[in-house]
Amino acid sequence: MRITQGCFSFLPDLTDEQVTAQVEYCLGRNWAIGIEYTDSPHPRNTYWEMWGHPMFDLKDAKGVMMELAEARKAHGDSYIRLNAFDSTRGFETVTMSFIVNRPKVEPKIELTRTDIRGRSQRYSWKVA
Amino acid sequence: MTSDAKTEIKGKERYKAGVLKYAQMGYWNGDYVPKDTDLLALFRITPQDGVDEIEAAAAVAGESSTATWTVVWTDRLTASDQYRAKAYRVEPVPGQPGQFFCWVAYDLILFEPGSIANLTASIIGNVFSFKPLKAARLEDMRLPTAYVTTYKGPPTGIVVERERLDKFGKPLLGATTKPKLGLSGKNYGRVVYEGLKGGLDFMKDDENINSQLFMHWRDRFLYCMEAVNKATAETGEVKGHYLNITAGTMEEMYRRAEFAHELGSVIVMVDLIVGWTAIQSISEWCRQHDMILHMHRAGHGTYTRQKNHGISFRVISKWLRLAGVDHLHTGTSVGKLEGDPMTVQGFYNICREGKNEVDLQRGLFFEQPWADLAKVMPVASGGIHAGQMHQLLDMFGDDVVLQFGGGTIGHPMGIQAGAQANRVALEAMVLARNEGRDIKNEGPEILRKAAKWCKPLESALDTWGNITFNYASTDTSDFVPTPSVAM
Amino acid sequence: MSAETQAAIDNDGSPKVVDLKAEYEKSGVAEVLDELDRELIGLKPVKQRIREIAAMLVVERARKSLGLTHDTPTLHMNFAGNPGTGKTTVAMRMANILHRLGYVRKGHLVSVTRDDLVGQYIGHTAPKTKEVLKRAMGGVLFIDEAYYLYRPDNERDYGQEAIEILLQVMENNREDLVVIMAGYADRMDKFFESNPGFRSRIAHHIDFPDYSDDELLEIADGMLAQQNYRFDEKAHELMARYIELRRQQPHFANARSIRNALDRARLRQANRLFETSTGPLDAVALSTISAEDISVSRVFTMPGNKAASPGRADK
Repeated sequence: MRITQGCFSFLPDLTDEQVTAQVEYCLGRNWAIGIEYTDSPHPRNTYWEMWGHPMFDLKDAKGVMMELAEARKAHGDSYIRLNAFDSTRGFETVTMSFIVNRPKVEPKIELTRTDIRGRSQRYSWKVA
Repeated sequence: MTSDAKTEIKGKERYKAGVLKYAQMGYWNGDYVPKDTDLLALFRITPQDGVDEIEAAAAVAGESSTATWTVVWTDRLTASDQYRAKAYRVEPVPGQPGQFFCWVAYDLILFEPGSIANLTASIIGNVFSFKPLKAARLEDMRLPTAYVTTYKGPPTGIVVERERLDKFGKPLLGATTKPKLGLSGKNYGRVVYEGLKGGLDFMKDDENINSQLFMHWRDRFLYCMEAVNKATAETGEVKGHYLNITAGTMEEMYRRAEFAHELGSVIVMVDLIVGWTAIQSISEWCRQHDMILHMHRAGHGTYTRQKNHGISFRVISKWLRLAGVDHLHTGTSVGKLEGDPMTVQGFYNICREGKNEVDLQRGLFFEQPWADLAKVMPVASGGIHAGQMHQLLDMFGDDVVLQFGGGTIGHPMGIQAGAQANRVALEAMVLARNEGRDIKNEGPEILRKAAKWCKPLESALDTWGNITFNYASTDTSDFVPTPSVAM
Repeated sequence: MSAETQAAIDNDGSPKVVDLKAEYEKSGVAEVLDELDRELIGLKPVKQRIREIAAMLVVERARKSLGLTHDTPTLHMNFAGNPGTGKTTVAMRMANILHRLGYVRKGHLVSVTRDDLVGQYIGHTAPKTKEVLKRAMGGVLFIDEAYYLYRPDNERDYGQEAIEILLQVMENNREDLVVIMAGYADRMDKFFESNPGFRSRIAHHIDFPDYSDDELLEIADGMLAQQNYRFDEKAHELMARYIELRRQQPHFANARSIRNALDRARLRQANRLFETSTGPLDAVALSTISAEDISVSRVFTMPGNKAASPGRADK
């Protein structure tokens, strides 16, 4: 099942050249770039593992692409995403996020229904 | 009017029983310099024939603050000169004979902290029915920091909404369930599921979906939440449906809100017509229940659309940001509903900026500080489709919900295909924009290229590609850029 | 005809041509070089070398456009010279030139020393070095006093780790960044002897000579003018003498020593104004460095400087 989190999940997987262009866009706005990876694409899995700190003060996408290459070497069969952080007052949050690596076989997410009362259900999800 | 009639009368003469001109009573002061803590209002007035514009402006100031039609001695028991609002500037509206802009300053003490009901009772309480005026329109207000900070503002705000949904860097996508009326709960939920699974972030109840005989509200909530949760499992994304909790009483609204919360909905919705007090109450409830509050501006057109009378939507937007809503329908300017592009951008800026600068072409007459109040996510809805994606993204940027109702559900290949077409169009356009492409001009080409590998998009473009709604807007700014003269 | 030369022939049979002058004009490098000439005093041999390198890069680019070459040339450099001879300033101009000619994408300069690259504990060095390299990508990495990276006396020195990473990047990422190493000539020579890896990866060695006394005086004038100060006539004469003497003393650092001397002179001027002025001061008074602001320098009284008297005599 294709997880469709992030900015560009409905497009064909981005090539390195395309990723580079997106990173350049972020750096041009003084956003820091962080690399994160996980095996669990649960919709509420907020904290993926950090591949080092977000990278501040870079001028060129190459620095990010080098780290991404390293991250792929170590976690090639996991989800990897790039997050951009904007420190502008009033934003101060992730401002862009997109998946740049997927496992060969993506997991399914199972929906569990639990009766509460009447026909009301409590829903929960589990990554199979 | 003689200059005497415009001069404030002071001392004993002022309080003789009888009738004075408003200007003579002190509601006009052309030398007044507004304080940083004053609330400022800009009215567009059309005085009756023969009524002097300064006296009319003074009357507006008077009737929206302390005045009555005659002199009362009890004024003297108060520091009345400070309670009087002061009209301090009057100018003819460019290109609109008979109309005048008048600026009025109100002392902060005139208003109860944190109550839009109180604010509106003053500012728009009496003056709009006032006989010496043919028409009046509240164009804009400057709400000082000291007043802004008496409100809590949006319960969630753009930043936290995105963090909760885990969606960043592009507009959110939504669709209103259609047909508006008549679907049973089960059929209704089907539309929601298809739209969300196809790729939308949100589905939405329409403004008049409440609890009619064909669909009880509990049924709608149960089926919609089944659809939302199932679609989330199918995509790995957080999804939502704006459950409309608008009802006849506040008690019933709370009951519906509680049920939505119990079912795990991330968002509820109310209509503007529930009124300011109900909006502030439900906003506070949302704050206590981690709930996003979607505001559908049902009914606003009755008083925002005509340029000579009523209230500009930019003022409504300011009041709603104070009252505390997270989503606000602010127009599309390319769709089927009223909206001049510049004027609409002015509404967006009110929702999203940390501080508004003066921008006459966008209808912003005042600097407006927002004192770090959270930002409202604008919603563009009404007659828009995938073929306009480049225009929408160019005009509104990332922090907006794009709602394609007919443009999703009316897709020839089905609702999922409609949703997918919109999502692919959006992502392709964001990708291209970030790559530095000139989407405003290259947009159609970018869409066509994506349509080569995405059948649903191809079909959407073939169906609606040529549809535009080009009618002249009624609500435009009267300020046009002055071409600079070459020396 | 070789395959490459063949490739440089258009479809219609006529040879493709390149207008070097036009290429050069278009790149805007001429402006940078003119600026270099105008704004940097002295440094004749350095300017000459930079011109040569720029010319070579323009030709290289032209050859590439005709398909005569495919490799990215090695552009790493060594700037050898004493402190204060303009190495960092020239490196910044170099980054600009490389950017205009398309040899680096962004053209910024990241200036570091050993401490920025080498950690103090095991496992610290690689992340530190990589951090710096990531920031330098698309620009020029300037490593001042590069020889400190190598400490032959300490077997477990972490500098070696940084050296290895640097070498790897200098080889593999030639299109991503240019490394300029800088330091005293003799010590750089020794450093390259012990690290042949660097020697073979550095394409251009540029020597930065010490400034002459006259050049330093001109530099002093320029530095003051930039801050809206000026010497009066006597102070100017005394500054010339100061330079002569300062050069003979330890820790002489060319332009940097001049900057420090001027900073102290401005301090003394301020004090003088406070202590001696009785009425309002005009702009001239506020911006004039007088002889006594310089004469009290220790340089004039240092043992061995028999000529210390002129300053005193002026008082």
